[in-house]
Amino acid sequence: MIHWHSFSDFIAMGGYGLYVWGSFGTTALLMTIEPILVIRNRKSTLSRLKRQLRAESRTTAE
Amino acid sequence: MFKIITSVIARDLKLAMRRQADIVSALFFFIIVVSLFPLGIGPEPDLLRKLAPGVLWVAALLATMLSLPRMFADDHRDGTLEQLALAPHPLGMVITGKVIAHWLVSGLPLAMIAPVLGIQFDLSSDALLVLTGAILLGTPALSGIGAIGAALTLGLRGGGVLLSLLVLPLYIPVLIFGAGAVDATVSGLGGEGHLSLLAAMTLAAIGFAPWASAAALKIALE
Amino acid sequence: MNDRFNLYRFASPATFYPLAGRMIPWFAAAAVLFGLAGLYLGMLVAPTDFQQGEGYRIIFIHVPTSWMSMFIYLVMAFWAAIGLAFNTRLSGMMAQALAPTGALMAFLSLWTGALWGKPMWGAWWVWDARLTSELILLFLYIGYMALVAAIDDPRRADKAGGVLLLVGVVNVPIIYFSVKWWNTLHQGSSVNLTKSSMAETMLWGMLLMALSFWMYSIAVALTRARTLMLERERHTDWVKAELAETQR
Repeated sequence: MIHWHSFSDFIAMGGYGLYVWGSFGTTALLMTIEPILVIRNRKSTLSRLKRQLRAESRTTAE
Repeated sequence: MFKIITSVIARDLKLAMRRQADIVSALFFFIIVVSLFPLGIGPEPDLLRKLAPGVLWVAALLATMLSLPRMFADDHRDGTLEQLALAPHPLGMVITGKVIAHWLVSGLPLAMIAPVLGIQFDLSSDALLVLTGAILLGTPALSGIGAIGAALTLGLRGGGVLLSLLVLPLYIPVLIFGAGAVDATVSGLGGEGHLSLLAAMTLAAIGFAPWASAAALKIALE
Repeated sequence: MNDRFNLYRFASPATFYPLAGRMIPWFAAAAVLFGLAGLYLGMLVAPTDFQQGEGYRIIFIHVPTSWMSMFIYLVMAFWAAIGLAFNTRLSGMMAQALAPTGALMAFLSLWTGALWGKPMWGAWWVWDARLTSELILLFLYIGYMALVAAIDDPRRADKAGGVLLLVGVVNVPIIYFSVKWWNTLHQGSSVNLTKSSMAETMLWGMLLMALSFWMYSIAVALTRARTLMLERERHTDWVKAELAETQR
């Protein structure tokens, strides 16, 4: 069922390789970066809030 | 009901007359921007005639943008706006008046000066007529849509730039049909279709925009 | 009365936060699975297009991203309407969480459109009605994000953003038709990208990719919304309990 005869055919994309892989590559790159940024933002927010919470509970305990 | 509108218009016009310099500088901004284009592009009459509708309309959009941040800011600063929002009559009516007043001091002068600038671009008298009509018909929609942006950005830092970011994309249909009317006249197709669509857009904008602005203002004043 | 209570309970961040947390891995997994299936069909199985050669394979990214960029704007406007009508806290956060992903989709749609346009039209950019509308949609996303970022008070940001979204969504069809009309008047360069008769595998590949992007958007937006919830509700008991629980 596979349409391609060889791997180099697949890479060449019938001469449209630059355009096709340019599209897929950019999309894959950005759709990897976005989740990483979102998760990183979540982690930093979590740790910041925890720090604040700890600081607050310390001041109220005193 | 209409008394509110007329009294708001009268009040805003009186205030605007105290600051005529603002009106004049917006007008000169329009004139200068339009005059810069031939200097950048070159003086060939054929080329200029082709570019004139777009250039004049884009300059008109930018010139209306200039006075938008002032639309509510002064009233907000001295507390009038909060009183108007608390008053028993609907805020949308007040804003309709403010939109009309804004058009009288921004859109109307542009329409008056546009044919003179059109001559610089070698437009025929038919095209000049349609250009004036299109600016007369289209600029109220610009004031209406602009009121929403002005209300949303009221009191924000960097409000002016933000306002243009919000409002300019929404101006695109007016630009297309406004410039299209003149284009169609220049190429001999007749601009009536464009003009009637422009009028429809203006009616819709004048009808709906004040109420959206009222909602936005209430949010800003909370 | 009871009904109403349930609705509000469901829309409250305290109940939504753990629910979203349980759902995110499923959406992410679905995005990967649909994506792999779509790529397999689209890149490996689908035959060559008789008109556009192999270049047509950009469709498997271009069409799903265009759909998602429009769909996400509609969903944001839906949340905005809910937020303004019922004054729910959740809706503003959802709209805000969706915006960057929507803008990304609009950008990718433009990017792939340009890469498709170069071999097909011979130019990176053509003022085609659809590309132009997509560009304006990107401007609308940017305007929304700029407005929300400029307002410090989150409640005002939600509501002002909501009004802008509703105004925008009313304008989108007007903008689309005016651009379309402008385009047909000026030149007939709009080559129809999707109309060429498509093989069944192509269609399935495209639908699977669209599903994958849909699931991806939900997973990313929910994660973002969860972070926003913690930040906004940091003084409430449920957030403090949540933070204490993850302390270990």
